[in-house]
Amino acid sequence: MRIELERRANPSLLFSVLSPFLALTLTVFAGGIMFALLGKDPVSALYSFFIEPLLDIWSLHEIAIKAAPLILIGAGLSVCYRSNNWNIGAEGQFIAGAIAGAIVPVVFHDWHSSLVLPLMLIFGMIGGALYAAIPAFLKAQMNTNEILTSLMLVYIAQLFLDWLVRGPWRSPDAYNFPVTRDFAPEAILPELISSGRANLGFVFAIVAAVGLWIMMRYTLKGFEITVLGQSERAGRFAGFSSKRMIWFSMLLSGAFAGLAGISEVSGVIGKLQPIISPGYGFTAIIVAFLGRLNPLGIIAAGLFLALTYVGGEAVQLTLGVSDKVTRVFQGLLLFFVLSCDTLIQYRIRLVFSRFGQTSEGGAH
Amino acid sequence: MPAVGASAGGPLLAVRSLTKLFGSFAACNGIDLEIQPGEIHALLGENGAGKSTLVKMLFGVLAPTSGEIVWKGEAVRIPSPGAARRLGIGMVFQHFSLFEALTVAENIALSLSPGISLSKVADEASRLSHLYGLPLDPKAHVADLSVGERQRIEIVRALLQNPELIILDEPTSVLTPQEADRLFETLDKLKTEGRSVLYISHRLEEVQRICDRATVLRHGKVTGACDPRKETPASLARMMVGSDVASVSTAGTNTKGDVLLEARHLSVPARTPFAVALKNVCLKVRGGEVLAIAGVAGNGQGELFDALSGEYPAADASAVFIRNKPAGNLGITARRLMGAGFVPEERHGHAAVPSLPLSDNLVLARNQSDRRTFLGGGVLGIIKHAVVRLASRRISETMDVRKSGDDPAAGSLSGGNLQKYIVGRELDRQPSVLIVNQPTWGVDAGAASRIRQALVDLAKSGSAVLVISQDLDEIFEVATEIAVISEGRLSDAYPAHALTREKIGLLMGGMYGKTEGEEVAHAH
Repeated sequence: MRIELERRANPSLLFSVLSPFLALTLTVFAGGIMFALLGKDPVSALYSFFIEPLLDIWSLHEIAIKAAPLILIGAGLSVCYRSNNWNIGAEGQFIAGAIAGAIVPVVFHDWHSSLVLPLMLIFGMIGGALYAAIPAFLKAQMNTNEILTSLMLVYIAQLFLDWLVRGPWRSPDAYNFPVTRDFAPEAILPELISSGRANLGFVFAIVAAVGLWIMMRYTLKGFEITVLGQSERAGRFAGFSSKRMIWFSMLLSGAFAGLAGISEVSGVIGKLQPIISPGYGFTAIIVAFLGRLNPLGIIAAGLFLALTYVGGEAVQLTLGVSDKVTRVFQGLLLFFVLSCDTLIQYRIRLVFSRFGQTSEGGAH
Repeated sequence: MPAVGASAGGPLLAVRSLTKLFGSFAACNGIDLEIQPGEIHALLGENGAGKSTLVKMLFGVLAPTSGEIVWKGEAVRIPSPGAARRLGIGMVFQHFSLFEALTVAENIALSLSPGISLSKVADEASRLSHLYGLPLDPKAHVADLSVGERQRIEIVRALLQNPELIILDEPTSVLTPQEADRLFETLDKLKTEGRSVLYISHRLEEVQRICDRATVLRHGKVTGACDPRKETPASLARMMVGSDVASVSTAGTNTKGDVLLEARHLSVPARTPFAVALKNVCLKVRGGEVLAIAGVAGNGQGELFDALSGEYPAADASAVFIRNKPAGNLGITARRLMGAGFVPEERHGHAAVPSLPLSDNLVLARNQSDRRTFLGGGVLGIIKHAVVRLASRRISETMDVRKSGDDPAAGSLSGGNLQKYIVGRELDRQPSVLIVNQPTWGVDAGAASRIRQALVDLAKSGSAVLVISQDLDEIFEVATEIAVISEGRLSDAYPAHALTREKIGLLMGGMYGKTEGEEVAHAH
């Protein structure tokens, strides 16, 4: 007996709606098994992972804080992925944006003005976009694979940040700790409401996602992205340039990741330090796919993935399991999302015959 | 090499009323064919005549619907290429299956049973390649080799199986004349060893030069079996393209206007190893004319369309003129704005995106030419979906496009209906120049005649129409002028009424100038 995937004549509408939910169910189920194997009660562990954070104002704020970069980056990535450009290096662009934006409060720390914050945000977007311009240039001009180049640039950004905060940008009053000086109050992203820490970054994320949704749905640019992603040849026939689309999508997603980076540093951390992201740039890839590459779906997916971060911290406290549990959940989720998406194009068939025994290439 | 044991007296391979149906379409319809030991047998026919289908059945890639294959006097079933090889049938495909990053020896070893050492494969391959005059370095990487050398790998790979019948699919279509000469020497050597060769081609000259017998296919049926050396190119061409269909009178009432489309010495190098380079193509189409370009597929039609449409512009601005303005180096959008419309050959993924609705596919071709109508919001470029849908409905009604629902996905339409929409999408603009590649390829008869009528009507209204087609019936139905493309070269254009099918067949085989005498004799 063997299992065959049989291509459907038409994509299944049922499964394209059902797939993310099926993936969620399977993830929770697999997570329960994992908790059981760790010797914890799966029901109470899943409860404190997925439900408890939703019952508390403080942790709702934390979810908003963590959802903001995920949505912002994920929405940018959806444009890339829809146009068939595989930017995997949003984590690096996030860091590049944070560094570029931090030039103002770190290097020019004596300058106090209400222009500081807007400048930081603009610098952050430019930094992220410039960093994404490297793989864009390599793909458009040298025909290199953007998956590899963008991913490898992540590690360069991480090490560059590490060197900066240990070297030239290290704060003179931090007792040799590898951090920059604290940002001045006017360089801090304001909080939204007084009940918690959630900041303006969440608003950026929602505005960006809705803006992209409008672009994808109503404008010629969105149409161009869709067409080039489906068929480069048809795009060429329409007069669209796939080279220019590489630049557009990479710079856009880079700018969004950069904005997320400077918002995180300015709104949450308040300074630069060696590690500024728990892997937002990578998790945003899951967010983009879980949200079906639709910016509105990405808002929902971003909130859910933020829950896994907060829930991971919660079970770490209450059950004493490793915070790697969060990564495992995110990995499981991506795995199940991608596998369930197979069901949209294919149906599973069990084959019980002995057909096809003749082997190839045995002749001599 | 061990001697080849043929059966006593009888044919090596006989095919009896072999039929292959795809749905209700008979790609091969009751084909009879016999190949004797030690002969080079040509299989002639236009594209779509059923040559490839027949060969795929012989090599176990496709299963016949009915009929039988007799190998050395015994009826056999060939379920897979492996089974074909075990019988003693080897095949060299038109498109090679080689790994560019591996060496010659590694590529050959991949097709053999596991466990044979690479050095042994290399020795045997280099011995065979020298024996047959196909020099090959087993250690060379495939990526560094020319197309001709790559073909040698395929041939040596087939020879290693010690086959009694070797099938070559359009082997010279990718070779230089010198490489082809070398191949012919190899084929002669194989023949003297008593091996048989089934040689698929549409080139009359080659077939006459090297083949002992020929079987000619047309529309899935055998239209002739002969000794090509006793035939004239004209009689072979007649068998290939058929003269049984009555010629349709051309739309000769058109008044000729100015030259609206012109190519002046258009040369384009091949973009990929399998592409055809365009060589010094010159053509002129006046308003009111339909210039049809005939030719067997793969002789540069796609490349010509790309260069004329501007999807891949030429370096030289004066290579193409649209309405007397140089456009050779302009992109497709600029050429559309100059008044040209385009219909590419491939419907899915080129002329249309199958997953998108028809109205979106209207925006695909006309997003700039109809910018004022279809787009709003200035630089934002908001698509006015309601306006586009209205225009889409108008096109569907004019061209009688049958579809389910108001605005279904392009991929859900039948080939004929989608093609009517794609042609209608351009006609709706009343372009002054229309360039169409294979207007009715894979389209049912009703839709085909509707499309052809529309092309003729457009020309009558004063536009210049260029039709690239493989279908001679279609060409005679719509054309006022006919030119033939062969290996990237375009023949002179002749008035349609002064050309015969034989003459076109000869031009398709690349025999320019050799048949001037006959041309006059057959002209009417």
